[in-house]
Amino acid sequence: MIVFEQVSVQYHDAAAPVLGGIDLTVPEGELCLVVGPSGVGKSTLLGAVNGLVPHFTGGVLHGRVTVGGRDTRAHRPRELADLVGTVGQDPVAHFVTDNVEDELAYGMESLGIAPEVMRRRVEDTLDLLGLAELRDRALSTLSGGQQQRVAIGSVLTSHPKVLVLDEPTSALDPGAAEEVLAVLQRLVHDLGTTVLMTEHRLERVVQYADQVLLLTPDAPARLGDPAELMAVSPVHPPVVGLGRAAGWSPLPLSVRDARRRAAPLRAALDGRTPPVVPPVTTEPVADTTRLTLRRGPNPVLRGVELALRPGEITALMGRNGAGKSTLLGALAGLHTPDSGTVRVAGLTPHRARPKELIRQVGLVPQEPRDLLYAETVAAECAGADHDSGSAPGSCRALVARLLPGIDDALHPRDLSEGQRLTLALAVVLTARPAVILLDEPTRGLDYAAKARLVTVLRELAAEGHAVLLATHDVELAAELAHRTVILAEGEIVADGPSAEVVVSSPVFAPQVAKVLAPLPWLTVSQVRNALGQPA
Amino acid sequence: MPTPVRTRRPRPVRSTRSPIGPRHLHPGAWWLWAIGLGAGASRTTNPLLLLLIVAVSGYVVAARRSTEPWARSYTAFLKLALAVLGIRLVFTVFLGSGVGGTQVLFTLPQLPLPDWAQGVRIGGAVTLEGLLYSLYQSLRLATLLICVGAANALANPARLLRALPGALYEAGVAAVVALTFTPNLVADVQRIRAARRLRGRSDKGLRSLLSVGLPVLESALERSVALAATMDSRGFGRTAAVPRRLARSIAALTLLGLLAVCVACYGLLGEGTGLWALPVLLAGLAAVSAGLLLGGRRSVRTRYRPDPWAWREWLVAGSGLAVAALLIWLSGRDPGAFNPAVVPPAVPELPLLPALAVLLGLLPAFVAPAPPGTTPSPSAPPRSGAPK
Repeated sequence: MIVFEQVSVQYHDAAAPVLGGIDLTVPEGELCLVVGPSGVGKSTLLGAVNGLVPHFTGGVLHGRVTVGGRDTRAHRPRELADLVGTVGQDPVAHFVTDNVEDELAYGMESLGIAPEVMRRRVEDTLDLLGLAELRDRALSTLSGGQQQRVAIGSVLTSHPKVLVLDEPTSALDPGAAEEVLAVLQRLVHDLGTTVLMTEHRLERVVQYADQVLLLTPDAPARLGDPAELMAVSPVHPPVVGLGRAAGWSPLPLSVRDARRRAAPLRAALDGRTPPVVPPVTTEPVADTTRLTLRRGPNPVLRGVELALRPGEITALMGRNGAGKSTLLGALAGLHTPDSGTVRVAGLTPHRARPKELIRQVGLVPQEPRDLLYAETVAAECAGADHDSGSAPGSCRALVARLLPGIDDALHPRDLSEGQRLTLALAVVLTARPAVILLDEPTRGLDYAAKARLVTVLRELAAEGHAVLLATHDVELAAELAHRTVILAEGEIVADGPSAEVVVSSPVFAPQVAKVLAPLPWLTVSQVRNALGQPA
Repeated sequence: MPTPVRTRRPRPVRSTRSPIGPRHLHPGAWWLWAIGLGAGASRTTNPLLLLLIVAVSGYVVAARRSTEPWARSYTAFLKLALAVLGIRLVFTVFLGSGVGGTQVLFTLPQLPLPDWAQGVRIGGAVTLEGLLYSLYQSLRLATLLICVGAANALANPARLLRALPGALYEAGVAAVVALTFTPNLVADVQRIRAARRLRGRSDKGLRSLLSVGLPVLESALERSVALAATMDSRGFGRTAAVPRRLARSIAALTLLGLLAVCVACYGLLGEGTGLWALPVLLAGLAAVSAGLLLGGRRSVRTRYRPDPWAWREWLVAGSGLAVAALLIWLSGRDPGAFNPAVVPPAVPELPLLPALAVLLGLLPAFVAPAPPGTTPSPSAPPRSGAPK
């Protein structure tokens, strides 16, 4: 269905090609997952399938891409619209109209499909994706998972043979991600749709893949069986890490497969327990009491009581729209509480002067780019020193520590997601705030960048900063956080040591905990240590 | 090779939304109604009649607006209208109105101006007549604005653009994109100003607003590029080939027709009798329609469930147009009641027949269908969480 023959892509201002010599054949009705670290050209590869690369993005494409027999050289993206459906990372950027039903019909209208057919297909798609209840709703009122389903539905109505998805679940909470993946599964099984997708959160998707395309910077691309490629892939989900540690072959890709094999491992680990992290008992540096906050007519936070302690890393979890970002914003003084109080190191954040506040609390927002204004990394650092009144060079020293080897003259926009996040973190840290808040820090990070972030945050906590991170990433919470707080509908529904909170919930449990339940192991590195392997 | 579903000309089957039950009225009907009220308002400076028109539009909006975000725009237009009124009065106080008057309310110190600025004065006597004159004039403008606001609140502008003929589709999409752009821009400004605060810079004052300009522009540009990519990959801009001569004649017909319509509107709504204007208007409309009909051949688009034009639409549009027609006709017969004297100032009276004519505009509050979502339906799911 999708054939790449010796494809390489080079953008005009780039020194080296983004993709080189890709040969790839994806048969009809398969789900093919593109795996690789950041910056190996995954998005470019996806763009080449529907012709956006190079028709829209510019650059030079050598070789030949054919989709369903049509050569993308001769067909512009709009002429492939009936064959290829593309959904990007951010569903909001995908929407052209403003309500669900019109959005589903938009693609068909452009293709000139007869009204009766459109009517029937919209109804079918509403049922297929479980959107029937939402048909009249404005798109802006939907939750993230619902929006992503509408985005997928809006390309499905044109009955494409190929679906191209760029990180469809990265922005979603675990529940919503499962909704979306269930739909993809159904499309592949029932309708024979060919799916080509990328996803950084492999633990969510790898078990559904029929094939994996492994892209690595220094080796030719390899297409093959998921289990075989996972054995050599530099990026892999925890369940694969566990399988590698235990020496299983072939590697299990799903929790279910792993559990079947795990009896000997459980026996080997029985009687031992992972090192207990002592609870942090320092005096809270920031707290909220009965914090209630409305945005528009609806309360987003209802009576939240939360204390943050120096040296403690707290993970804040909950579904999209549960109020996580708002809580962080309230702690950083962006929102004024309707009732209740917020105190950070003796300050009331929403009344404090920004210059004083940043010495006590720093927030890295969901889009780290918002924090960066300057043209170069060096100018950004100088600005941060000036803003916080620190000695010149302190921000640059932090950048050198967190992000060694970065070029001073680079534009922040040209950094990778992980580098940009680290730069924003360095900018925030320049003022040496007691409390560090991070909103969804691992969105778009590959495993290597995530591992670096974990190290950095651990060091910060050890230095006595209080860290609060809002995240959907259960693996991150399990690995990093001393304490996990779960927020639902603006209320705290669980608050306790991570090991207890995440394991007690099927949605928030990490893969290792699911495999080894009822044993209390959470991460691959704990198991490796227990087995006496180097981490 | 799989053949895509090919274009079929829509057959005359029910492809429109069902006209039964709660639904959105055809947006064109609301706009015709509002234009009718506005055209009526443009013929009078009688404050009582103007206020009556405002009241009528307000009542209809209150009775028939939906729960969607744009339905709140009526208040914004009301505020805008008040601002227009206020600015005009302030200017009158400081600059005078050009209407001579004897009843001086108070006298401001006058700024001496050189000879070449003759006819312009700053400060000086403020007369009751002058104030009244500007009040009436600006009230008329405010009423027009409020009528537009009513149409905006009652009919989603995007929905109106969807109802455009195929030839205008691309221009319509550009307008829709621009419309959704503004709320996004506001959200961006808020987000980036918040980020300024996180950097420890002040988020108040003009300088902070200006300094977010570049990042906001950048993100707006990025969003547009992303949207263009999406639209392209979803088939936007597929066209059918038409002969070049046909394309040219389409353009000529449409342009000339629009020009004629503009000239005719000027004639009809201006002060003169404008007998010549009616045939020009009709000819212009015919040319435009022909151009649009022919232009539709370039587009391969079909339309998903367009809003029907049923008897309710006729009544709503008709009521607005009736108000316009009656007021224009009555204003010719009794100019005094429509333009109350300001020199010397007289208490304006509410003329009976024009007032009854304006009340015709209330009809939509009773005949227009209730928009969906205003009565809670049992199947409506609870909102999951709150918007971020």
